Amino acid sequence: MKPRQKRIALIVGGLASLALAAVLTLNALDSNIALYVTPSEVAAGKAPQGKAFRIGGMVKEGSVKRQDMTVHFVVTDTAKDIPVAYTGILPDLFKEGKGAVIQGRLGGDGVFAASEVLAKHDENYMPPEAQHALDQAKKAQTTLGATANK
Amino acid sequence: MRQSIVHWFKFASPQSFYPLAGRMIPWFWAAAAIFGIAGLWISFFVAPTDAQQGEGYRIIFVHVPASWMSMFIYLVMAFWAGLGLALNTRVSGMMAQALAPTGALMAALSLLTGALWGKPMWGAWWVWDARLTSELILFFLYLGFMALQAAIDDPRRADKAGAILALVGVVNIPIIYFSVKWWNTLHQGSTINLNKAPSMAQTMLWGMMLMALAFWMYSIAMALMRVRAIILERERHTEWVKHAVE
Repeated sequence: MKPRQKRIALIVGGLASLALAAVLTLNALDSNIALYVTPSEVAAGKAPQGKAFRIGGMVKEGSVKRQDMTVHFVVTDTAKDIPVAYTGILPDLFKEGKGAVIQGRLGGDGVFAASEVLAKHDENYMPPEAQHALDQAKKAQTTLGATANK
Repeated sequence: MRQSIVHWFKFASPQSFYPLAGRMIPWFWAAAAIFGIAGLWISFFVAPTDAQQGEGYRIIFVHVPASWMSMFIYLVMAFWAGLGLALNTRVSGMMAQALAPTGALMAALSLLTGALWGKPMWGAWWVWDARLTSELILFFLYLGFMALQAAIDDPRRADKAGAILALVGVVNIPIIYFSVKWWNTLHQGSTINLNKAPSMAQTMLWGMMLMALAFWMYSIAMALMRVRAIILERERHTEWVKHAVE
């Protein structure tokens, strides 16, 4: 092998072993990198006990209730629900049916006492008219489905 | 065949690359200005308001191109650095050195605009989420590369040390790109994918693409200007530089 080819082989070999090391490390870290756990994971006992953690999911439709300064709502991943209580200012994008990431502790009564609520927005961007049309179409579909079921 | 190889290798010498870069720079500046003005016009006046985020979403027209560039410039920088390491070509190392500050600027811009966006939309300036953290590491990699090169006096040795750092850091790029897919993150998934139609209104997409092109042209023009300065500095003892400066 010429010195140049030797150098190239060394670089390629070095990068390949580095990539392998990175894959193995990331694989081992896996769940520790996740920013939040889902309500199903909490139900399965995967949440850290007695420590603050974050849950992520959808804010259940019709679950937001305000009582003085405290907001009560339910966060869901459609399989499991977790009731949340939060005192403080909610971000603008916090809405029923939208994603949220909530930091806090799980109390003994099963209510998650939140210290911070973050809104998670999705990757879709559209003008209000398009959103309106989409909502109308969805509504029409559910009404049709309901009639068909009867 | 033999002819064309000889022709290309000609530009691997600083002496012939210097005037070529000089001739290209005005064109890239002009393209950057045209794309930038068109992109900003669409971003501010043509693209509709977003249904959920209102006017605040318009920060994507800077945030997304800056983030793309920060990752892409790193790949190009690592490519040149690796080429210099393998083939011992002189201009390669200079190209890598010239790209680093622009890459660092893009990473900083991405982090800054992201924070400005995060506060009103998410409710936090900063979250230790996989996407944000890996982009911050990218920013540090650029700074580390620049500091390492500046710390070694002999430019050839500086290039070699920098090249190894640049190549090791390449691991971070797929982590940034796929972080939103691999882990639960607060940062949303990608709007523009290779395997599906973009989930974004047409005019918004146009604005973003034009801005991305403007960022490309700006980055190329800046890198060429910087590489010319580096060539003059490193080749200052040669005859041709003495003539070129006169």
